[in-house]
Amino acid sequence: MTAIIKAHDLKKNYNSTVAVDGIQFTVKKGEIFGFLGPNGAGKTTTMKMITCVSPRTSGTLTVLGMDPEEKPAEIKQSLGVVPQETNLDPDFTCFGNLYYYSLYFNIPKDEATRRADELLEFVQLTEKRDVSVDKLSGGMKRRLILARALVNRPDILILDEPTIGLDPQARHLIWEKLRSLQARGNTIVMTTHYLDEAARLCDRLVIMDNGKILVEGAPADLVREHVGDEIVEVEGSDDVVTCLRERGVPFEKTGDMVQVTGTTEKAREVARTILDRCQPARMITRPATLEDVFLKLTGRNLRE
Amino acid sequence: MPHIFSIPNVTRRAGIVWYRNLVVFVRTWQVNFFPPLVEALLYLFAIGIGIGTYVQQIDGIPYINFIAPAILAIAVMNSAFFECTFGSFVRMYYQKTFDAMIATPLSIEDVIAGELLWGATRSVIYVIIMLPVLAVFGVVSLPLALLAIPLAFLGGLMFAGIAMCFTSVTPGIDTLNYPSFLFITPMALFSGTFFPLTLMPAFLQYFALAVLPLTHLVAIMRMLTLPSLSWTLLLHLAWIAVITAITCIISINLMRKRLIV
Repeated sequence: MTAIIKAHDLKKNYNSTVAVDGIQFTVKKGEIFGFLGPNGAGKTTTMKMITCVSPRTSGTLTVLGMDPEEKPAEIKQSLGVVPQETNLDPDFTCFGNLYYYSLYFNIPKDEATRRADELLEFVQLTEKRDVSVDKLSGGMKRRLILARALVNRPDILILDEPTIGLDPQARHLIWEKLRSLQARGNTIVMTTHYLDEAARLCDRLVIMDNGKILVEGAPADLVREHVGDEIVEVEGSDDVVTCLRERGVPFEKTGDMVQVTGTTEKAREVARTILDRCQPARMITRPATLEDVFLKLTGRNLRE
Repeated sequence: MPHIFSIPNVTRRAGIVWYRNLVVFVRTWQVNFFPPLVEALLYLFAIGIGIGTYVQQIDGIPYINFIAPAILAIAVMNSAFFECTFGSFVRMYYQKTFDAMIATPLSIEDVIAGELLWGATRSVIYVIIMLPVLAVFGVVSLPLALLAIPLAFLGGLMFAGIAMCFTSVTPGIDTLNYPSFLFITPMALFSGTFFPLTLMPAFLQYFALAVLPLTHLVAIMRMLTLPSLSWTLLLHLAWIAVITAITCIISINLMRKRLIV
């Protein structure tokens, strides 16, 4: 598969703060590629550089084979952008938002009308066609923004937290739409804080922290590689902690529970041993998730 | 890196931004068309007929005819200035309209140029609405007064550029009140609008001619509506053209600096 976005040693400084610190990645045509990381990791800044609205400080970046600094209009003609912040035009209706946005892409007026109606149907907002966007719920607004990002039939969709603040129904609808877009050959680049969302949707992803990429890979591979298949969690009472320490089992405190670490293999055996020897009141073994990888790599401290 | 005097790379796409603002303006025409109409009538009655009863003539000109061009010039100033301060700031800061636009092939230069052109267009629309009212009262002389329409575009563009410079540096919407009442309101009174410049002390006359843009706009407007053409029209026109070019260029570069980080 061919590379559609390519970054090498990409850096971005805001005055004296380093937002993106020499990252390298390649997005291939037709895949869903995710950027994960705590707040302030540099995800949105990376998105802004890809979408040609923020110039890079150094390094190289090509989108569709072009440099955002040299051919921004040409690149943006083929991008669909869903920003983190809802910026629908409150002076227009749902239809108006899609129609006038089409004109910014130089789409002829009758074609713009056709696409606007088609996309309203795609995101199931046809009955809200002539309603002012102020009257929409949060989920409807996100759907309309997704539709707006599609007016120019983009090759690449850039989504910055597309399902932020949505209820499960609305999230599932967005996921379904994103998958059908991928099936049509779209390349999708997204950031998200929802790790289940990333695990479901992304073919490959990177986890960023402090402007750097920590790991890159397919979600399942990352889980297997960094935390194993299963996680053992035990009640964190003093007795259990002492028992684990005596037996030399490595562990990590997570709230009122203790997570047994280094159980990449034989999670069940470890669990059985702990159950026999330490007799905890509560213990669970569960499949490892991307969230475990995320917390392991970026730590449990709050950001910002 | 571009500096504040570099010539911005504006493309034809600026026209789409202009068109978007026109559509919104026409869609809400009820609130947009009446203010200039009412404003023209208010000034004519309150100042023209009210004060005009006591001040019947200025330099041999009926007082109401003397202030008619000032009413037009002030409308040109206010409509462009408020559109490109409060109007543009709301679109930029609260509605995030500019952010949405620059995610498309539009550049920030196109967006700001479109806003400036729209500010000037609004001045033109206001003058087009006010001229017939003034003509009905017989206080402007047609057909020469029709040139007030193209003049409104140039004057409007100048005030749009000045306004956008303030918008590009204002920390919030409240601080835009400062240029409004420290600059625009005094200018509306002391630019040879309701009394001749020559009534002021000499140094204030020079000051007005040197730095108050409205002075030049009123002067040309009066030459067109009385009419009383003079070669000094060219000097006033040149002053406006230079200031328009400078403020429009600076404002686009300052906006770029503010929004593209």
